[in-house]
Amino acid sequence: MPTPTLNSAAFSSCPAPRPQRSQITIAHGGGGRLTQDLIDRVFRPAFAAEALDAQHDGALLATRGVRLAFTTDAHVVTPLFFPGSDIGKIAVNGTVNDLAMCGARPQWLSAAFVLEEGLAVETLERVVQSMRAAAAAAGVTIVTGDTKVVERGKADQLYITTAGVGVIEHDLVIAPSSVRAGDAVLLSGDIGRHGMAIMATRAGLAFESPIESDCAPLAAPVQALFAAGLEIHCLRDLTRGGLATSLVEIAETAKLAIAIDEERVPVTEPVRGACEILGLEPLYVANEGRFVCFVPAAQADRALEILARTAPGGPPALIGHVKAAPAGRVTLRSVIGAERIVDRLSGEQLPRIC
Amino acid sequence: MKYVDEYRDAALVRKLADAIARATTRPWTIMEICGGQTHAIVKFGLDDLLPKNITLVHGPGCPVCVTSAELIDHAVELALTHGAILCSFGDMLRVPGNTIDLLTAKARGGDVRIVYSPLDAVTIAQENPARPVVFFAVGFETTAPANAMSVLRAARERATNFSILTSHVLVPPAMRAILGAADNRVQGFLAAGHVCTIMGVQEYGPIAREHGAPIIITGFEPVDILEGVLLCVQQLESGRAEVENAYSRAVRAEGNVHARRIVEQVFEIADRDWRGIGVIPRSGLAVRAEFAAFDAARRFRLTPAASDASTECISGAIMRGVKKPQHCPAFATRCTPEHPLGAPMVSSEGACAAYYRYRHRTAEAEATAGV
Repeated sequence: MPTPTLNSAAFSSCPAPRPQRSQITIAHGGGGRLTQDLIDRVFRPAFAAEALDAQHDGALLATRGVRLAFTTDAHVVTPLFFPGSDIGKIAVNGTVNDLAMCGARPQWLSAAFVLEEGLAVETLERVVQSMRAAAAAAGVTIVTGDTKVVERGKADQLYITTAGVGVIEHDLVIAPSSVRAGDAVLLSGDIGRHGMAIMATRAGLAFESPIESDCAPLAAPVQALFAAGLEIHCLRDLTRGGLATSLVEIAETAKLAIAIDEERVPVTEPVRGACEILGLEPLYVANEGRFVCFVPAAQADRALEILARTAPGGPPALIGHVKAAPAGRVTLRSVIGAERIVDRLSGEQLPRIC
Repeated sequence: MKYVDEYRDAALVRKLADAIARATTRPWTIMEICGGQTHAIVKFGLDDLLPKNITLVHGPGCPVCVTSAELIDHAVELALTHGAILCSFGDMLRVPGNTIDLLTAKARGGDVRIVYSPLDAVTIAQENPARPVVFFAVGFETTAPANAMSVLRAARERATNFSILTSHVLVPPAMRAILGAADNRVQGFLAAGHVCTIMGVQEYGPIAREHGAPIIITGFEPVDILEGVLLCVQQLESGRAEVENAYSRAVRAEGNVHARRIVEQVFEIADRDWRGIGVIPRSGLAVRAEFAAFDAARRFRLTPAASDASTECISGAIMRGVKKPQHCPAFATRCTPEHPLGAPMVSSEGACAAYYRYRHRTAEAEATAGV
């Protein structure tokens, strides 16, 4: 075959103009950089509240000597039911966990339902029963609610928005701003189960041992850490965007560096296998029952021992440390010993072609 | 995990890196063809383990990166104006066409669906007999067999509303084009192991001989890649230019005969426009005339349109190994994964995305230091 000749001029340009982002795309909901863009450009300027600027899982409020945490979370999940969890359980635990991550004891929840015309009442009952069980397990009460119905095709079966209030019963400020250089970074359990359970269900992938969502309430392990008198600096549950995105958010807000060790991050074999098949990284996969905890290094062992007893999905692990510089950077020592940067997720993690 | 962990063994990696350092006496530029290899190199930091005078440059083996903007326009058109259900692998959705990407087409009401196999798209066609269903069949020799199978299955099961929008590209013609260009720097190749799993290794002998460039069939894990580099350096140092198979656990000389037969049944060799590189003769696959009913381009009379080449993306130079991502003035400033100027910043296999994700601050530092 003759060697093809090329037009050198063609090398210099790639016909790819900047894409238009004048409309919301699915990627804006991925919990990564585009979501942050929306928050920074649309929501924060409009609402301009001090509590919003803290960029926390919920707002920390104080009134007449009582410290409260307040948060809200909208839930849209397809399919409604999947291995290990369902939209109702996630709606309760999502809000419970956001309150727990503010250092609060979750107390009261609201629940608003958007129902699509034609939804089977039996389906709604299953979801509500699951919410009842999840609320009981987390020790919270659902005290108010609302229901709206939209025409068929205007929603995907059922959406739930929950809000919650929790009481803060200690003097610590649980926030990225409390993180200090030298802090130990603890991870409460293995990562990636929730995201891979959903993706495997959607993709119709069947594994020898099915992956179940890690959806679970995190209030109990957090309260146990406080009860032991540990000096917790920051807590963050790992939801969309996974461990990587949570760590980057904390490093950027705290203006500190975080160095983690890939080998110490627990990932189960089925999750690793599914990630390898789909070309995804466990670090970026969503979780619904795992969190990171920043404590002074001297208290790491005690915190780990408490987490091992109380946190779902153990054993917990010390995955890295906080460093003074460079500000806002997360680095990872790979399994072969080389170091690389961990960035936040941009848009959604999409399975790749080959 | 079996078949993965042993190829990420830190001690073995160190041993190979030492062997490469001992074998290297002069500067060499080696290109890894496949974007999967690029990502493994950057993700595991393999290039940091190599001696300074070995330069790894990143090849065109990223299916998303080389798919022409025009074809994305066609996919958008099918979804928005022909009412088709447009099925695609996930990472095609964010790649900009000349106007918009498929994610935006979806936001504008197009029925764009992510699938994990072209055969899923055939099933969707069977479930929606009243609507045209098109699978966006991009990729190299690796995805061609499954795409060919989708056409064969649709034909056999009379899913007449199914078709594929195809832009298959082939690796060996791209390697010839890179080696034949006047400004070529590449002295040896790590060939894409998965491509060879399908196609075998016969095509590479003549390329190695005619261009005096060693070609090592290489896998995707750290140990695989460093073995490939070591064999390549040993050949370069001793003046040899042969084809060696460092991925024998997956690649047989003849490839996967059954898969090749299926590909030949449905596709024929055709000229192909590589995004950022231009037309390379006989470098792609087109649907054969007897399956014209399953070829979306013919079926919907999609007509070629002029591409807008007015951006500053240097993807062509990057994919031929002439430049590296951090040499682009737009890298990590005007061009980011959220607002890509070119496809290599989008795909999980694109070289620019790999550099951005794993080391864009390092690249900034290098640029400041004048490296």
